[in-house]
Amino acid sequence: MQHGKYRFIVGFLAAPLALYALFVIWPFIQSIYYSFTDWTGLSPDFTMVGFDNYSRMLDDEIFWKSVQHSLTFAVVLPLVTVGLALFFAFMLNVGGRRRGGAAIAGVRGSSFYKIVYFFPQVLSIAIVALLFQFAYNPNSGAINSVLKAVGLGSIQPDWLGDPDLALICVMAVLVWSTVGFFVVLFSAGMASIPRDFYEAALLDGANRFTTFFKITLPLLWDTVQSGWIYMGILALGAESFAVVQIMTVGPNGGGPDFSTIVLPLYVYQKAFRDGQAAYATTIGVALLIVTLAFAAIVMKVGRRERLEF
Amino acid sequence: MKTTDTASTGVETPGSPAGPGPAVTKIEAPAARRTAKAEGATLNVFSHGVLIIWAIMVVMPLLWAVMTSFKTDKAIFTSPWSLPDGLHFENWSRAWTEAHMSDYFLNTLLVVGGSLVGTLLFGSMAAYVLARFEFPGNRFIYFLFIGGMSFPIILALVPLFYVMQNMALLNTLHGLILVYIAYSLPFTVFFLTAFFRTLPTSVAEAAFVDGASHTRTFFQVMLPMAKPGLISVGIFNFLGQWNQYLLPTVLNTEPEKKVLSQGLVQLAVSQGYKGDWSGLFAGLVMAMLPVLAAYIIFQRQVVAGLTAGAVK
Repeated sequence: MQHGKYRFIVGFLAAPLALYALFVIWPFIQSIYYSFTDWTGLSPDFTMVGFDNYSRMLDDEIFWKSVQHSLTFAVVLPLVTVGLALFFAFMLNVGGRRRGGAAIAGVRGSSFYKIVYFFPQVLSIAIVALLFQFAYNPNSGAINSVLKAVGLGSIQPDWLGDPDLALICVMAVLVWSTVGFFVVLFSAGMASIPRDFYEAALLDGANRFTTFFKITLPLLWDTVQSGWIYMGILALGAESFAVVQIMTVGPNGGGPDFSTIVLPLYVYQKAFRDGQAAYATTIGVALLIVTLAFAAIVMKVGRRERLEF
Repeated sequence: MKTTDTASTGVETPGSPAGPGPAVTKIEAPAARRTAKAEGATLNVFSHGVLIIWAIMVVMPLLWAVMTSFKTDKAIFTSPWSLPDGLHFENWSRAWTEAHMSDYFLNTLLVVGGSLVGTLLFGSMAAYVLARFEFPGNRFIYFLFIGGMSFPIILALVPLFYVMQNMALLNTLHGLILVYIAYSLPFTVFFLTAFFRTLPTSVAEAAFVDGASHTRTFFQVMLPMAKPGLISVGIFNFLGQWNQYLLPTVLNTEPEKKVLSQGLVQLAVSQGYKGDWSGLFAGLVMAMLPVLAAYIIFQRQVVAGLTAGAVK
């Protein structure tokens, strides 16, 4: 296998690696470098300013608001999404009527539920965000008219226009669009847990809740943990940018009184609206640190003895 | 890549009744079964209840959008949930022509078509070499690719904008294709490297002994064998690239070059001034339907493709 091996390796790696280095690696390195300059992005001239951008960032009230919202996303969204998805997946796989002596059974039509739940996953987050922007419309939106129809006409919240509600509304949309994915993922994991584990537990008199916490969850732990990280990275990155940028406009973007601004959107605004490219990369570096810290914490906290079956 | 902390067979949490554990006495068993049966029935009703509620919550917004796209503007505002008084197909034709949905579709097709082919070709080439050949720097290059998965893209986008500008790639479809490929490589390489490692080495060796070059072995022997993996990662990338919003929003801002998702967002902003909400909803539904239809037809493959390696 030695004949022409290195020529082949170089030939095959050159194009992908060049593309990746030019469009991904190089910009990443550059952006860390630019965070120590006063580059505006509008002209090619800049000078080194040391840690000026960083000290400015630490005094920036809107930056701290973005950090707070992004952290809320990273903590609340995985918690709610993974929690709901585990609940639904358990219902789908174990919540059914017992048939033919099987210890556990999935509900009838579980494949139908899985197909439907997965719908939002194939849609663009931009389309989902637009759709819900209309659904949240206080005057003619779908949600407020449902409230009217069921006799709750006195409760007509301003949803996205209300600084106290806007962030929750945005998070609800992200939950809506991602739960299905995790339901399907966890269902696949649950299906591979041997049936006799459940048999044995039921014979010992364990109820479904004990079964869930003593059997299902420990055996599914790896999947849950990676799902948690995956969802957190989504919530910190591109997905949160799309929903917040599209759904909450406000005079400055990022919702009424910056009530929904998140880190990626703030980077975008500083770089492409305010002509402060260097400062934008500084905020981007902060986002990078938050993302890596999040992944590290989840892995540290979630570390358990691995169960094999 | 998963590590096992304890090399053991079937370690269970203390108190867990699973496994071959203590024998169950025969007296307890029937009673336990009876209560479990009653519990099963109530649980069955309850689980169907919550499952149906969530199914409705998923489907209703989509049905509402379809319904709204057939209504007149006036009906949209006065009675959001009523059925349309007739099928106003003119909303759809207005969206297709006047609102440039046809252009957005064409641009998206071109960009996704080009980048999907490029991603699969470059991704499988790099993955094959990294999976099957030992050379200095192999591990380093592998982790360089993998690292791209967890980094926030927005951080790179600020300098990338100016890199593209200097290379005259900004606001061009081929520039967008190159960027899509580059940002799809981390996951593609990660997934396909694992896949190529699982393929038997003997077939490639036989081809090589028969005098095929490395390149020929790759294209005529290995790629056909890797077809299931290519389909999974292809579906994953297709949906990701078709639905991409962040990259085009930053790198492709010229109105006539826009792709579907950003075009719709622009449409929403401009329709706000024109007041053509029905046309906008028609555009939204038009963008949703092909993907949903494709998903329902290829449901099994799509689910496998999206979940296979997404969380590993």
